Amino acid sequence: MAKRTLPILKQLLHRQHPLLSVPSRSVTYMPRPGDGAPRTVTLIPGDGIGPLVTGAVEQVMDAMHAPIYFEKFDVHGDMKIIPAEVVESIRRNKVCLKGGLNTPMGGGVSSLNLQLRKELDLYASLVNCCNFPGLPTRHEDVDIVVIRENTEGEYAGLEHEVVPGVVESLKVITKFCSERIAKYAFEYAYLNNRKTVTAVHKANIMKLADGLFLESCREIASRYPGIKYNEIIVDNCCMQLVSKPEQFDVMVTPNLYGNLVANTAAGIAGGTGVMPGGNVGADHAVFEQGASAGNVGKQKIVDRKTANPVALLLSSAMMLRHLQFPTFADRLENSVKHVILEGKHRTKDLGGKSTTQEVVDAVIANLE
Amino acid sequence: MGFESSNCKIFKKKLEASSLKFPTTMMLSISKSVITKFCSERIAKYAFEYAYLNNRKTVTAVHKANIMKLADGLFLESCREIASRYPSIKYNEIIVDNCCMQLVSKPEQFDVMVTPNLYGNLVANTAAGIAGGTGVMPGGNVGADHAVFEQGASAGNVGKQKFVERKTANPVALLLSSAMMLRHLQFPSFADRLENSVKRVILEGKYRTKDLGGNSTTQEVIDAVIANLE
Repeated sequence: MAKRTLPILKQLLHRQHPLLSVPSRSVTYMPRPGDGAPRTVTLIPGDGIGPLVTGAVEQVMDAMHAPIYFEKFDVHGDMKIIPAEVVESIRRNKVCLKGGLNTPMGGGVSSLNLQLRKELDLYASLVNCCNFPGLPTRHEDVDIVVIRENTEGEYAGLEHEVVPGVVESLKVITKFCSERIAKYAFEYAYLNNRKTVTAVHKANIMKLADGLFLESCREIASRYPGIKYNEIIVDNCCMQLVSKPEQFDVMVTPNLYGNLVANTAAGIAGGTGVMPGGNVGADHAVFEQGASAGNVGKQKIVDRKTANPVALLLSSAMMLRHLQFPTFADRLENSVKHVILEGKHRTKDLGGKSTTQEVVDAVIANLE
Repeated sequence: MGFESSNCKIFKKKLEASSLKFPTTMMLSISKSVITKFCSERIAKYAFEYAYLNNRKTVTAVHKANIMKLADGLFLESCREIASRYPSIKYNEIIVDNCCMQLVSKPEQFDVMVTPNLYGNLVANTAAGIAGGTGVMPGGNVGADHAVFEQGASAGNVGKQKFVERKTANPVALLLSSAMMLRHLQFPSFADRLENSVKRVILEGKYRTKDLGGNSTTQEVIDAVIANLE
């Protein structure tokens, strides 16, 4: 009896409807001849947890036989400036993947992370904060993309001591930068089928500075009648984010608010250890952990090798799409999401006890 | 040209003529089949590159080298040489008559198939037929600099006059080819929306043209696709 039923059973299982079974996207895609040629990407491991998580990306790329060659450079936060050869390499390769660079507190020494963004004019910073199946959070249905102006605002770095004991910090908002970040946000929404763009501001207090930002956003919004546009004051925004985050879709913000909003949104959706992101300009793109990108983590995490590699792995999937290798990006993302869903290998920030290497091994094992 | 059928993709060379006819006398006509190393190599390269970029596991070369030893033999040599550069992709060869038989009995064994021009035409149409018909398979033609998207199988087919008059042509194949085109132009989100909508309409089954067993017109299918867009 068993001998007869086994082939019938196999047939029944085989006939399972393709849309109901394991979601593996079969996408019709016709590449151009030569699209498979390997691309070189600059890699900056950085400080603290940086080498751990970039090492994770290297291992996974290797396992996938992805057409990527990494050009590694050693840069540390205590250097005065980013070495010229590193910048030249990024200009040549157009794409870079990096871990965090340590930024000393106070003392007037500028952050190397910031320097790199200004040098390459990476004016848009993007973080995608979304819920992951299998990672329960207080709010469900969170899918927020925070697009943050990266070059000016409160981070213009123009500070001086007027008289001893009095320091002035200049916040610079220009029409040029506000327009281009608004343009990027609306273009992003258009290309990714997003319905709403929300501008975050404090124009009731900073009437001229944030007022100029809002004017630019309104002007660009008028060119995209198919996309809803609204504005929200940053304090109300923070409160709404922690109570009803489902209302937000794409958010465009100046520099400082973007930093805070991005980290808040990342926190409610699962933590800064899992959100992918990057910085993009007209000619170059630098991919790094989405939120808290400059963060190098605590020494304890470095010693125990328990840094969460998920954020940088998903950012490197974004990088693969940027380089037009969508199938590799899909495989990587599916594998990472599967590992998160299963929940067996999680680092401490997600409530588990695994090391970085165990998570990486799980991701490699789950690759199709 | 490539298209999807039973999840297998078929490439055939477009440029080389499978028949150059030379009328010698009134009662004799000679046909030449031209196979060059240059063209065989580049189609094999494209097939393996495609398999690599799309996470495909196997490339199968379709040939009749037992009879056309030199012509198809040259094609096979080129395929073997390119295969050696992709050690992680399985490569095998199948004679075209056996291939047609296998296609209609066990098509699951095929993944990516690379063929010369004529066999490709036949294999593509057979594979399209077993997976749902030439009315639904997307496809296109690509070269080093340009790409032309058209219906996957029977691309040159203009259909019967009856379909034109009753306006019951199946738009699915060209809609899916235009989704391929959107990906080619780097608008993946739009391509996804289009493909999802078309697949949903096919899944629901309420609006199908005659070749898929229904009796909708082209316009009804289009309206359904538009209604299903996200």
